[in-house]
Amino acid sequence: MASKKDQFISACATLAKGEAGNTGEWRAKRPIIDLSKCTPCKKQKDTCYLCWLYCPDGTVKRGIPIEIDLQYCKGCGVCAQVCPTKAIRMEVEEEFVLTECAVKEDME
Amino acid sequence: MSKVRIINGNETAAMGAKLCRVQVIAAYPITPQSKIPETLVKYVESGELEAEFIRVESEHSALTVCISASTVGARVFTATAANGLAYMHEQLHWAAGARLPIVMALANRGLGAPWTIFNDMQDSISQRDTGWMQVYCRDNQEIMDSVIMAYKICEQLHVPMMVCFDGFVLSHTVMPVEIPEQKQVDAFLPPYVPHLQVDGPEPININPVMLADPRANAQGVSCPSYMGFRMRLQETLESAGDVILNVGREFGEVFGRSYECLLWKYRTEEADTILLTMGSLANEASLAVDALREKGWKAGVVALRVFRPFPAATLRQALSEAKHVVVFDKNISYGNEGATCTETKAALFEGGLRPRITNYIVGLGGKNIVAADLEAATIKSVEQAGRISTPQWIGVAV
Repeated sequence: MASKKDQFISACATLAKGEAGNTGEWRAKRPIIDLSKCTPCKKQKDTCYLCWLYCPDGTVKRGIPIEIDLQYCKGCGVCAQVCPTKAIRMEVEEEFVLTECAVKEDME
Repeated sequence: MSKVRIINGNETAAMGAKLCRVQVIAAYPITPQSKIPETLVKYVESGELEAEFIRVESEHSALTVCISASTVGARVFTATAANGLAYMHEQLHWAAGARLPIVMALANRGLGAPWTIFNDMQDSISQRDTGWMQVYCRDNQEIMDSVIMAYKICEQLHVPMMVCFDGFVLSHTVMPVEIPEQKQVDAFLPPYVPHLQVDGPEPININPVMLADPRANAQGVSCPSYMGFRMRLQETLESAGDVILNVGREFGEVFGRSYECLLWKYRTEEADTILLTMGSLANEASLAVDALREKGWKAGVVALRVFRPFPAATLRQALSEAKHVVVFDKNISYGNEGATCTETKAALFEGGLRPRITNYIVGLGGKNIVAADLEAATIKSVEQAGRISTPQWIGVAV
């Protein structure tokens, strides 16, 4: 008989960053923000934030400037699509990884 | 007082849903079940039934509407057949996986291509692995009673159910049906309480990605893994037989017709030859058995009333004395044999039982099958035991 507390009946999650796991590992493209085009930065006031509203994983932090948590950003590109000023562009993740590895090796 | 009305299977199913006070209905017209949504629309429009009838553009959407409404706590109903059911396939998995007690009336019909509008059970048998329970009705009274019991069973188990009945054979055939009184049904059927309260103070994400291993969520609380949900559904269905029996007994106490059985049996006492089938064909098989008994055969009928969960243990018991089992399937798993036959064999293997089993594929696309055919097939199976290939086909006119 189904018990109300049985965690294996209704699958659910609270809406929060990291609820779908370490989704940053999935990323094939990385969002790069051009702050000179970003509306809150340009106007220096809390406005727009469509990227925050649409991010399916809650990785965008509202603020001046906005910040994207790359540990959980899966690179879906919804933020870039919805940005009215085209302030976000998606770049190939692999190039960043190669650069970051090279920097790490240099430091070692 | 309950009254008897002479109605067809489709009207019976609609009337059953009305008596259960369904709150949301979404269905798409497809022969031979179209009369079900048509009848329900009439109830809603006339104010006889306080429910939302939501018009949709496809069966896939019909079930999606039912899934959404059931999630937020409505008692929902849908109906379909054949290619319509096939079109629902993806959402069938979703409904069962989300553990929603949706009840569907299914007027069994053959699948295209080539087109047929007539009866066989290929449609529902093709969906046996979706996690839905399936019951098969022998007559219109069973349709009425099964719909009412279905809600009580489903809402306890949080599992959906298809109430299957032969298209045209039952859906379009009028026969006397005792209509239960509304207040009796109200007393029998408690209100639906959803497993998950979705309109709580905090927003929640329903059925999100579940990973292969348990993990801590953003608040550090451990979240279950995907396989756990699959295993629990299986465990629930394994124990569903008891719930079905209990509800069947309670139904008998209230309405005077007990369904405390997973199988329907006819003249099985001392029977060494069993005709095994499902749905309305069981009635036809009972006529064949009467004829065989006249001739001195010890023959009986076993019909699977409940096909999912598969009543393996009960079936083993019912067939424990049988030397010959003749299985009549209105479906085929291409490249193998009829589904009922395969599952019966699997059930018997567990008990080490080895009766001679012959499988007949019958009645596809509405091909008429009568008691004399079943009788002749049974005689042939016993007389030529072990020497005829199986499955055999009856009624293929070339």
